[in-house]
Amino acid sequence: MTSLVIDSVGPATSVQDGGRHGAQRYGLPPSGAMDRLSLAAANVLVGNNAFAAAIELGPLGAKLSVRDGAVRLALTGAERPAAIDGAPLAFNESFTLTDGQILTVGVARGGVFSYLGIEGGVRGEPMFGSLAVNARAGLGSPYPRPFQAGDTIAVKCAARAVERRLDLPGQQDTPIRVVLGPQDDEFGDAVETLLSGAWTVSATSDRMGYRLDGPQISHLHGHNIVSDGTVDGSIQVPGSGQPIVLMPDRGTSGGYPKIATVISADLGRLAQRQPGRPFRFGAVSVEDAQGAYRAMARLIRSLPDRLRDAQHATIDLDALLTANVAGTAIDALTAE
Amino acid sequence: MTTPPPRLLPNGDTAITVEFGRDISDESNRRVLALDRRLKQSPVAGIVETVPTYRSLLVHYDPETVGFGALSDQLVSLAQAPDDDATIAGRRWRIPVCYGGEHGIDLEDAARALNITPDALAARHAAGDYRVAMIGFTPGWSYLSGLDPALAMPRRQAPRLHTPAGTISVGGIQAGIQCLAGPSGWHLLGRTPVRTYQLHREPIFLLEPGDAISFAQIDAEEFADREDAASHGEIVADLLSA
Repeated sequence: MTSLVIDSVGPATSVQDGGRHGAQRYGLPPSGAMDRLSLAAANVLVGNNAFAAAIELGPLGAKLSVRDGAVRLALTGAERPAAIDGAPLAFNESFTLTDGQILTVGVARGGVFSYLGIEGGVRGEPMFGSLAVNARAGLGSPYPRPFQAGDTIAVKCAARAVERRLDLPGQQDTPIRVVLGPQDDEFGDAVETLLSGAWTVSATSDRMGYRLDGPQISHLHGHNIVSDGTVDGSIQVPGSGQPIVLMPDRGTSGGYPKIATVISADLGRLAQRQPGRPFRFGAVSVEDAQGAYRAMARLIRSLPDRLRDAQHATIDLDALLTANVAGTAIDALTAE
Repeated sequence: MTTPPPRLLPNGDTAITVEFGRDISDESNRRVLALDRRLKQSPVAGIVETVPTYRSLLVHYDPETVGFGALSDQLVSLAQAPDDDATIAGRRWRIPVCYGGEHGIDLEDAARALNITPDALAARHAAGDYRVAMIGFTPGWSYLSGLDPALAMPRRQAPRLHTPAGTISVGGIQAGIQCLAGPSGWHLLGRTPVRTYQLHREPIFLLEPGDAISFAQIDAEEFADREDAASHGEIVADLLSA
């Protein structure tokens, strides 16, 4: 049996997929990838369904190897140095890791989460149709927790050695779009504070929620409501006035008023926002948000048509030397 | 009888809150559970899942199948359909609870605040006729309606970061059964060996919104016995009517 071995890993690296649906009524959050477009790209590159289970890499690095065979992999999402036995790897391109080789990935530079797609997916026991890890509920497979050094994943042996490349449309640094509500009437003029303020993601953020630093948002009638349901992207405002955007491991209900909701098409872009880099929100109608949802869904469905044969000869040696691949990776591993 | 229409509130592009009221009320919760049941009986295209709460039903949907406007219209019309049943017929459970001592570290303070004895507080809490109004926050956390209003007490000033699994507690006019260990600002009156959420057990989730709950007092010895049985996958709650 071929297996992928996690030789060393930073925190917040776990198996994630399209999420777990149908049990929010029992308090079970959906979990799933923080950046679904990048998850889909990682999967399509290795011939999987867009929302199959892959490894979501947290902001720090990891070292992996393969045992008893070869496995086809692909890296997408937040750019970071990556190499096999010291030879640099391109993002958005599949590659094969063979027995005895070491894959090293460093600290994320252009975002927060990267995705390692695995040909054939991850073998595990799904619950509610998902392998996604939710550490608090003790859920996920093959380990119901973030990865630790020494963990192994049973994988499919790599098929034919044809590597693929995927060109994704570039993302623009436009405002993160929100739909106001469901409790924007609890805020009155403070809705303008949300829309006019410059925000940054706080360093204390995680897969449950992103705390935002920026102007304080005041409530009209206090900060308690009778608990009601939440969604991915709900922006709740607790008593401190510091908004929190709820992410896939959120509580399924909450008792703070929710001023607005980040639209599905922009939530991955917010998830990839590094602490300290300012951004703004912009309000759109539900109809416009649903147009963006459909456009994103069409893009994800079109990914297989965008695949091209990879051309490994085009690696830029200058960029590679500037990247200082090995040095950064070692820093990441000792920072664990 | 005509009922006032619910408010339809967007949650981004993939969910709608159908809000029947802004306060905790049995009437709102009854309407939430009635709409939830209708949607189960006659599924509406595009609905992915529903989450009943005290006062609203959150409806998750797929915007590639149905838009906000069309789904809102269907939800309003279903919410205003005449009731076929006066009550939501749920199951009845009896849940064993060990009150006070190490199992309910706030029982004495809470009793003092209410100016009754700890035994009287335990007896009055156990005598209540409760219903699962919603399950949320963390897996299996069951929010109950039906607390004797005389036992209501404001939440603790500072929430505890760690409270044990199975905690039976009171916060405001709400009573709760907490399944997993975690933070809580409520008053811990006792513990139950019953797990409302347990992986590798059938069913994984014991309670449904709408189920009726009563409590039975047990001593520490019986708690230990049933806790042991529960850890081996036994349900250890009594199903009084299905």
